[in-house]
Amino acid sequence: MWGSNAREAHPIFFHRVLKGIHNGARMFVVDPRRTSSAQWADVWLGIDVGSDIALANAVGREIIHQNLHNREFIERATDGFDDYAACVEAYTLERAEEITGVPAAAIRQLAHEYGAAETAQICWTLGITEHHNATDNVLALINLALLTGHVGRYGSGLVPVRGQNNVQGGGDMGALPNKLPGFQDVEDDESRAAFEAVWGAEIPSKAGKHISLMHEAMDEGSLRALYVIGENPLQSEANSTEMARRLENLDFMVVQDIFLTATGELADVVLPAAGWGESEGTFTSSERRVQRVRKAIDPPGDAQDDITLISELARALGHEWPTPTAQEAWDEMRQLSPLHGGMSYERLEESGGLQWPCPTEDHPGSLFLHGRLWDSPVSGRRAPFHAVEFVPPVDTLTDEFPIRLTTGRRLDSFNTGVQSGRYVAPRRIPGVVDLSPEDGAELGVSEGDRVKVISRRGSLEAPVRFDRSLRPGLAFMSVHFPDDTDVNVLTVDAWDPKSGTAEFKATAIRVEALTTS
Amino acid sequence: MDIRALIDRATDAERQSVDELLGPPGSAWGGGEFSGFDGRVAYGGHAARAQRHLLLPAFHAVQDAVGSISRGALGYISERLTVPPAEAYGVATFYALFNTDAPAGATIHACDDIVCSQFGAAALCDSLEEALGPSGHSSDTVGWVRSSCLGQCDRAPAALFHQPGQGYGNAAPVDAESVTRLSFEELPPGVIHQDHQELRLLRRIGRVEPTSLDAYRESGGYEALFRAVELGPDGVLSALDESGLRGRGGAAFPIGIKWRGVAEAQGPVKYVIANGDESEPGTFKDRLLMEGDPFAVVEAMTVAGYATGATKGHIYVRGEYPTAEKRLQRAIESATEAELLGGNVAGAGFVFDLEVQRGAGAYICGEETALFASIEGHRGEPRQKPPFPTQKGLFSRPTGINNIETLLAALEVLVGGPNVFAQIGTEQSTGPKLFCLSGAVEKPGVYEVPFGTTLGELLRLAGGVAGGRELGAVLLGGAAGIFVDSGSLDMPLTFEGTSAAGASLGSGAVIVFDGECDFGPVLKRIARFFRDESCGQCVPCRIGTVRQEEALARLADKKPLGTIADERERLDDLAKVMTDASICGLGQTASTAIQSAIRLQLRGVPA
Repeated sequence: MWGSNAREAHPIFFHRVLKGIHNGARMFVVDPRRTSSAQWADVWLGIDVGSDIALANAVGREIIHQNLHNREFIERATDGFDDYAACVEAYTLERAEEITGVPAAAIRQLAHEYGAAETAQICWTLGITEHHNATDNVLALINLALLTGHVGRYGSGLVPVRGQNNVQGGGDMGALPNKLPGFQDVEDDESRAAFEAVWGAEIPSKAGKHISLMHEAMDEGSLRALYVIGENPLQSEANSTEMARRLENLDFMVVQDIFLTATGELADVVLPAAGWGESEGTFTSSERRVQRVRKAIDPPGDAQDDITLISELARALGHEWPTPTAQEAWDEMRQLSPLHGGMSYERLEESGGLQWPCPTEDHPGSLFLHGRLWDSPVSGRRAPFHAVEFVPPVDTLTDEFPIRLTTGRRLDSFNTGVQSGRYVAPRRIPGVVDLSPEDGAELGVSEGDRVKVISRRGSLEAPVRFDRSLRPGLAFMSVHFPDDTDVNVLTVDAWDPKSGTAEFKATAIRVEALTTS
Repeated sequence: MDIRALIDRATDAERQSVDELLGPPGSAWGGGEFSGFDGRVAYGGHAARAQRHLLLPAFHAVQDAVGSISRGALGYISERLTVPPAEAYGVATFYALFNTDAPAGATIHACDDIVCSQFGAAALCDSLEEALGPSGHSSDTVGWVRSSCLGQCDRAPAALFHQPGQGYGNAAPVDAESVTRLSFEELPPGVIHQDHQELRLLRRIGRVEPTSLDAYRESGGYEALFRAVELGPDGVLSALDESGLRGRGGAAFPIGIKWRGVAEAQGPVKYVIANGDESEPGTFKDRLLMEGDPFAVVEAMTVAGYATGATKGHIYVRGEYPTAEKRLQRAIESATEAELLGGNVAGAGFVFDLEVQRGAGAYICGEETALFASIEGHRGEPRQKPPFPTQKGLFSRPTGINNIETLLAALEVLVGGPNVFAQIGTEQSTGPKLFCLSGAVEKPGVYEVPFGTTLGELLRLAGGVAGGRELGAVLLGGAAGIFVDSGSLDMPLTFEGTSAAGASLGSGAVIVFDGECDFGPVLKRIARFFRDESCGQCVPCRIGTVRQEEALARLADKKPLGTIADERERLDDLAKVMTDASICGLGQTASTAIQSAIRLQLRGVPA
């Protein structure tokens, strides 16, 4: 479990993890904080924020040096091992300890157990991906799976746990700047032609902008109008002072959401959308399983489901679009996406869910995405190693900003609180800054005292909470209460050029006492 | 895991008592002070959770030191053992002896069960209430609580004391004056009324110094173990088969088959357990054996280990038997010193270690799978069978578990030979059997008779009904047994004989009531007992025992719901549901005594 506090952020998934643990599975947790997930771990490795690649590379080096790598798998199914081995050679356990702060013995133990395990999985979430080098972080973990063959087999695998029930579904359906439904490349003429034939319209031949590029385009003035569906970027994006300026400078903004979000309040037009119990359709879970969702009640007031809203918008813009049913839209999509081709509504109902790839109606769906790597000879492309180097976080620690602030989620709240903030939760921790008891003592503050938290981009005031899961020099804030403690005032909008994700997880701050106790 | 910050902190004394048991904490994550290392790495998980079995010993340690288990202490223990505090609390509150209602000084546990009630327990409790206030762990000087049977029925009424820094002590008989003088002197095991030359299982009780290994060996001790080594494990199992010895705990299962099951089960670790959680009201024979002949228990367990291949044994002693626990501890120490336990037992090249486990006041833990749960550090909730203990017992390993009396009978098989043993008793019920006579008999105590002795003969042996009065009824087998009346005096006391009469020998409890007894309150006490002792896991028993008690209370108050016949029907329904659908024997027998009393139309039973 690497960079994931699934106990709180993915509690249902974590129940499955716990079942495994009760059946004897061993768990290592790599996380700067000793989270409630880490409390279940056999070993917790308290890494410095943003030093994941150094740790992963040291684990890889140790596996190779101990001859625990799967040579047969590497030779048959992968490319680039030699370059990888050469790259990780520099990451000795001692050097990794120096960079990550984790004792070498614990890193060695992780390497030995992961390398020697019959089956092993690496699960990760935003602790890996909300960094300026997010993609390299992911590649560093993938390297470990390729090194040991812990991929594409029952019980083994690489598990990026999705942050919402249907993030995967959004990607499946082409809600990505460079992909068409079924992850077909928008810049591939053949793929595009197939869609153009069915849709009867021309599709732009260049990939669109991901969110960080959109920010740049807004800054340049080349992006002047924004249609926001089910997002609250004013509060969820890093460096929110800048974000507010960007949105306010737009000529026109439409927000389509089930609640009037803070972003919605800035919008020129708000389209009230239907919630999950008010719409027909499908969800896709983290394990690529597509499941039917059924409408239970009509949406309240003027709210409409997304298909209706989009169809009506098209008609308002002068296009003669019908309003398809969810099933009609789905059938059109699966006709164009080979991954989903065999997933009729009937089959989804019958099976309770199917995992893509499922190209034909007689295909049972795929338990593993990368099972092909175990075919001999390997079918399709060999899986490449990527030699990646450790690069420290952008927002460096200095005497002026000596404390590392990281952000995350708590059990009873969801992201910016648009949905969860309206419900009472008995154990909810409000907007606070979590400090180690030692840092609190040094500041001379007690729990509940208000402090000023200052980064290079902004500052906020918040009450202090002491948290033993933090060591001195490490602070934590949740993202859930942007109205009173907007942590993204502090965060850095440096972003990963490959994924477009900003480095929410690593901010340099200082904390000043406001009241003395 | 999921250890939530409990606001209260353990006191130094509480921490010290836990640390004495567990050793100092290894890191901040196990209850120690935070160091730089703790901010970088934590070891826990399976290794930490493997300490779970120390939960009850840790509770005992704290309570023995300071008198109760405070929230701070509970939190500290939870941290040390990585048990969620809520779950630890669930365990602590499951056991009657654990006091989580801090603060507490000394506690008097006064028995008001069916035997002690015949000897003035009600008046005793009234006097305690007057002197100390209502029953409950509420005082920081001396408090008192009502208790189920304490296993001292031969000298009722009985009390159990607990004092911080002192531990537990028994006193019996007590009166209103003596009960408040908390005594921690060890009582003698009990009076043996029979000629010792006729006795086998009881022959050392009161005659051979129970704390001396030498005295034990001079009186023939350890002959059975050496005989076992001569025979080899298979030879022991064959001898047990030939002897016809069946378990004395209630289920009457042939011991040879049980031990063979463990011996033949696959697996690197196996256990044998002595079930000394003797909690059936009216039963005290195992206490006599453990207190009066502790080396015999140790020797028998060693034989069990040898025959089954188990290298580790546990003796689970009910928490109300402090003397038995101490003497067994001492016997284990002596036997270990003499290399009759350990890495090379008796020079015979086998490994066997033995440990005493203290119960904490839970009748259900006499049920074998509940007893496993208790040793493992959980609430004593029974498990579904199969799998049977011989396949999956303690810590899910093959386990042979036997009643104390059965184990001592196994020694007799080896010493005297299986044929001699098989000649005692009847064809299907071989060997000597212990019965605990209490209540309205002239000479209460434990009696050893051959199987097949009739109930009438047994009563005559004990001098008949006290004061020469008329017999009212006999409760055979304790609260989980059945009432019989004078019509059953010719019933032979054998497994087959009692079962033919619709009864069961159960635990060997024989509680006698005279003709003047009002059985209404007796039934109410039995109903309260089962309601109180139901572990709450399965619905038929959890709800059924409550409904049964309520129906009896309504009948006693002459306020039936509907007619009396309706209530009778309701009681019958409850009995059927509990018998058919409960997971374990507790629920299955929670109505048998009550049903039999109604059938016999005993005096004062609402009809």
